[in-house]
Amino acid sequence: MSAVAETLDTVRAVTDGGYKWGFVTDIEMDMAPKGLTDDTVRLISARKQEPEWLLDWRLRAFAAWQAMQEPHWAMLHYPPIDYQDAHYYAAPRTKDGPKSLDEVDPELLRTYEKLGIPLRERAFLAGVEQSNIAVDAVFDSVSVATTFRATLAKSGVIFCPISEAVREHPELVQKYMGSVVPPSDNFFAALNAAVFTDGSFVFIPKGVACPMELSTYFRINARNTGQFERTLIIAEDGASVSYLEGCTAPMRDENQLHAAVVELIAMDDARIKYSTVQNWYPGDAEGRGGIYNFVTKRGVCRGARSKISWTQVETGSAITWKYPSCVLQGDGSVGEFYSVAVTNNRQQADTGTKMIHIGRDTTSTIVSKGISAGRSNNTYRGLVRVLPKAAGARNHTQCDSLLIGDQCGAHTVPYIESRNATARVEHEATTSKIADDQLFYCRQRGLSEEDAVGLIVNGFCREVLKELPMEFAVEAQKLLAVSLEGSVG
Amino acid sequence: MLEIRNLQAAVVEKPILQGIDLVVPDGEIHAIMGPNGSGKSTLAYVLSGRADFAVTGGSVTFDGADLLAMEPEQRAQAGLFLAFQAPVELPGVGNANFLRTALNAVRRARGDEELDAAAFLKLAKAAARSLHMPDDMLKRNVNVGFSGGEKKRNEVLQMAILRPKLAILDETDSGLDIDALRIVGEGVNALRSEKFSALVITHHQRLLDHIVPDRVHVLAHGRIIRSGGAELARELEAQGYAHVIAEAA
Repeated sequence: MSAVAETLDTVRAVTDGGYKWGFVTDIEMDMAPKGLTDDTVRLISARKQEPEWLLDWRLRAFAAWQAMQEPHWAMLHYPPIDYQDAHYYAAPRTKDGPKSLDEVDPELLRTYEKLGIPLRERAFLAGVEQSNIAVDAVFDSVSVATTFRATLAKSGVIFCPISEAVREHPELVQKYMGSVVPPSDNFFAALNAAVFTDGSFVFIPKGVACPMELSTYFRINARNTGQFERTLIIAEDGASVSYLEGCTAPMRDENQLHAAVVELIAMDDARIKYSTVQNWYPGDAEGRGGIYNFVTKRGVCRGARSKISWTQVETGSAITWKYPSCVLQGDGSVGEFYSVAVTNNRQQADTGTKMIHIGRDTTSTIVSKGISAGRSNNTYRGLVRVLPKAAGARNHTQCDSLLIGDQCGAHTVPYIESRNATARVEHEATTSKIADDQLFYCRQRGLSEEDAVGLIVNGFCREVLKELPMEFAVEAQKLLAVSLEGSVG
Repeated sequence: MLEIRNLQAAVVEKPILQGIDLVVPDGEIHAIMGPNGSGKSTLAYVLSGRADFAVTGGSVTFDGADLLAMEPEQRAQAGLFLAFQAPVELPGVGNANFLRTALNAVRRARGDEELDAAAFLKLAKAAARSLHMPDDMLKRNVNVGFSGGEKKRNEVLQMAILRPKLAILDETDSGLDIDALRIVGEGVNALRSEKFSALVITHHQRLLDHIVPDRVHVLAHGRIIRSGGAELARELEAQGYAHVIAEAA
């Protein structure tokens, strides 16, 4: 069975069975008081029964964060975030499942129906009310890890919540965590390092091709909480893995903060493919509510001929600030970034990548497709940096923007820094609009306007969507259509 | 059956159609001929529901239903097909995918079962072969990088697959060589039945050698100024529009 189908099944089973798997994070059923101090950090660490070294690590990160300023160089506008006005720890309850479907906003139900997510999972996704924190963001990653543990262990693959990895594989976590994105890397990474609660840990030993796709489904559910997950994936020499993540959140009028860190490490000849379908709640048509998504994702191709490939389909969040990057350290290593970012209504996305060429003959490919509708703003921001020793480095960047309507914005901000004369860096960019004649042509053939937009948008994104694993590609196609509903006419 | 009564339409407040009366019974093929700017393409767009054209008067019924009250996709689902004069490119959208989506939208509207990919491909390949078109035409993106002739043939392929009740061919012959013209003619003739009707819009008589019309109408200044049988097309070819228009005035 595929990882995605298995995930759905697990979700269904858990929803049915009163959470009999429980939560591998072993946390109490409670919420930290609002606010962010040393004590909050200590509380999180204590709840997770962490060793002293990790508490110290968190506290150092917290001290660093306190000395840092929130970055404002992105093309994003939002009111100041009050970091004291949120809960930094929200643990799931294991009794009192989701309330009946009747009490859930039908708009959300319809949305998931359109996404083809089964009813049982829909009950899960639609979430519950404030007082009943039934699910936690890490919930899915925990259940998937539980499901596949035996199969994966046979090949020596470790796939588990990072909190469990801290206990079970401290030597690996200590060696690698923070080695790609140091706690002081940036404001949001520092915040994450101080208060991260869970996430996935993946270790693929030497020479092993992970026998199945790994999948994590992130979910923000509790009110007034932030989510701070941390994912760490290590592929040793000659190892390979494909990892998928999906994310959703309930509709709420207030904004919620999501600040994740993802670190990937690829050794000699290793391959990591990391795919994301990001569908956090984007806020309503007037821009009320929605997730503030400030994410630091970075992979380092540490070994020769290693390869890291990021594929992302970003349809959600009120604000997206995200630049999955590749540090191409090993000679002949390869970095790829395939992105579709959709903004509708009042959404704002500032997303792109960084390709840092350090080793010789390193290559990178960037394909970015931005789709703006409504009154949204969509910015591609990308850096290609070639360092002096990266002889023979090559990059090709293609940035295409599609505008729907005349009140949205598309922006392309490429930075190119080459310090090696043998490097070849190419950048292509286009901007187009969905033309009335395209829509009419489709409608004349019997397609509804929404189906026509979906078809045209999917056509526009095809180069990126084909990089996604099959099940995700189908899900992503549907998601694109749903995200753009009501954007024409 | 298509019934057009005193149809008037304007573009940006400029009147183009100034009272068209036309009845196309089931099973008949009617040709609309006329000089540039006479309103031929406007008629095609108004019938198919393009928003840039404002209907300012008159009525159109299609099988008894008020055509003008329908959305473009509802008209298509009811069996109206427009072969575009300038077929539109859809980058990244595969021809087969596009056609299957369209066919299934039409089938859904009619209450027919949708076709799966395999069943559709079989049908589409057979249709392509009957029009002497290579299979790879189905794999390419809709009209992207097609030659003028290929685009027109692709329209006819779509028509063959969607099997409309009423086809409007808007200058499908323009830009076609003799062989392509014959293939287009065969495509239309293959659909001929008691339940199929067509409006063939053209400047030239040559397409009508392949698609012999039951009636020919001459459109000038937004009105039908003369109607006749297939022989009228030959008269026009021999004497020119000016002569017929002057005679009618």
